[in-house]
Amino acid sequence: MVDVQKQINIEEIWEILEAVPDPEIPVISIVELGVVRDVKIINEQLKVTITPTYTGCPAMDMISVMIKAALEDRKIENYTLETVLSPPWTTDWMSDETKNKLKSYGIAPPAENTQDKNSLLGKPLQIACPQCESKNTVMQSQFGSTPCKSLYKCNDCLEPFDYFKCH
Amino acid sequence: MLKQKISAYSILLGDQSLILGQRLGELCGHGPILEVDIAMTNIALDLLGQARLYYQLAAELSDTYEDEDQIAFLRREKDYNNCVLVEMPNGDFGDTIVRQYLFDVYHLMFLNQLKESNEKRLKAIAEKSIKEVRYHLNFSGDWILRLGKGTEVSNQKIQKAVDTLWPYTKELVQSSELETEMHGFGIAPNLADLEDEYYRQVKSKFAEAEIKLPEDKWSQIQGKKGLHSEHFGYLLSDLQYLQRSYPNSKW
Ligand SMILES: [Zn+2]
Repeated sequence: MVDVQKQINIEEIWEILEAVPDPEIPVISIVELGVVRDVKIINEQLKVTITPTYTGCPAMDMISVMIKAALEDRKIENYTLETVLSPPWTTDWMSDETKNKLKSYGIAPPAENTQDKNSLLGKPLQIACPQCESKNTVMQSQFGSTPCKSLYKCNDCLEPFDYFKCH
Repeated sequence: MLKQKISAYSILLGDQSLILGQRLGELCGHGPILEVDIAMTNIALDLLGQARLYYQLAAELSDTYEDEDQIAFLRREKDYNNCVLVEMPNGDFGDTIVRQYLFDVYHLMFLNQLKESNEKRLKAIAEKSIKEVRYHLNFSGDWILRLGKGTEVSNQKIQKAVDTLWPYTKELVQSSELETEMHGFGIAPNLADLEDEYYRQVKSKFAEAEIKLPEDKWSQIQGKKGLHSEHFGYLLSDLQYLQRSYPNSKW
């Protein structure tokens, strides 16, 4: 009998997942976003663990569908996809490289670590404009186009921009 | 059995979030200004997400309910255990934002306690939700100040909403039988422990916003026992319409 199930290699799985873009911010992958928490092989079965960004984020269903499609595209069919809540997702998991990608895409990246003093005290942050670097910016709306963003305006170049909230 | 009780408790918590989320969802496309419209629907989305987590857990433990949709859409009015405050109509923006603020203060304090629960899954939901509810409270608290200290008219509107909604706050910090029992198992916070701090925070914000405190009146409001206001039936008929008319339909 021919075994159609391909031999699973963890490295390869990570590569596949790194190629799955965030459906709302396509310049970063779901791995860079921190949504993929773990990839394991248990009893020859692949187990992918993900965590939601915000509880009601509608992109999560989309992300599950995209992960399944990416795996099945590579003929990987013996897998489970599990969602965990703990530890809760945080923007602290984003690397500097990821933050730079957000910035070049026109989204101001999270300005701080959630453990930083200003962040803990809920003080308003100085957000640099992703277009002109000016820190002379003002929050227009605490809630933005998606749960993870706020809307800001730059007082120097006058462009509005999204800010990826420190969460 | 304990499992069934945890399921019922998780439904109660889900009901608070679902019903307030449904009310806020009514504002989609109808907010007074664009930023507020976006905010109210974003908050609705968070609450809906939280409700789903509570209901998924409840369904997993339940002998009665198969899935989250059955819990959300196919129960009768008396089976919902949310506090009456969250089902109160949106009214004008003053009513909406005062209702939100009165709930948010409670919600954040409550979740901070629930995260100490010995029920691992409820603890995880609390840890996840706290981060979102902080934004909600920031938003509603800012508006209380802005409108309370705004114009004569805006102050009057906030005052009117506070006068109307004040009697409904008691229920937030009073445990039902189920909650008391859950507290006994180390699963739920003791709501009476939150009462003083709740009113301290709310009163200090209202003082800053130049809002007068209404007199405490005796009130018999028991949404947690399934006794709802006359507004609730209309809310449910909206909420349940699709699943009732087209059973098992999916997006
Ligand atoms: Zn600029």
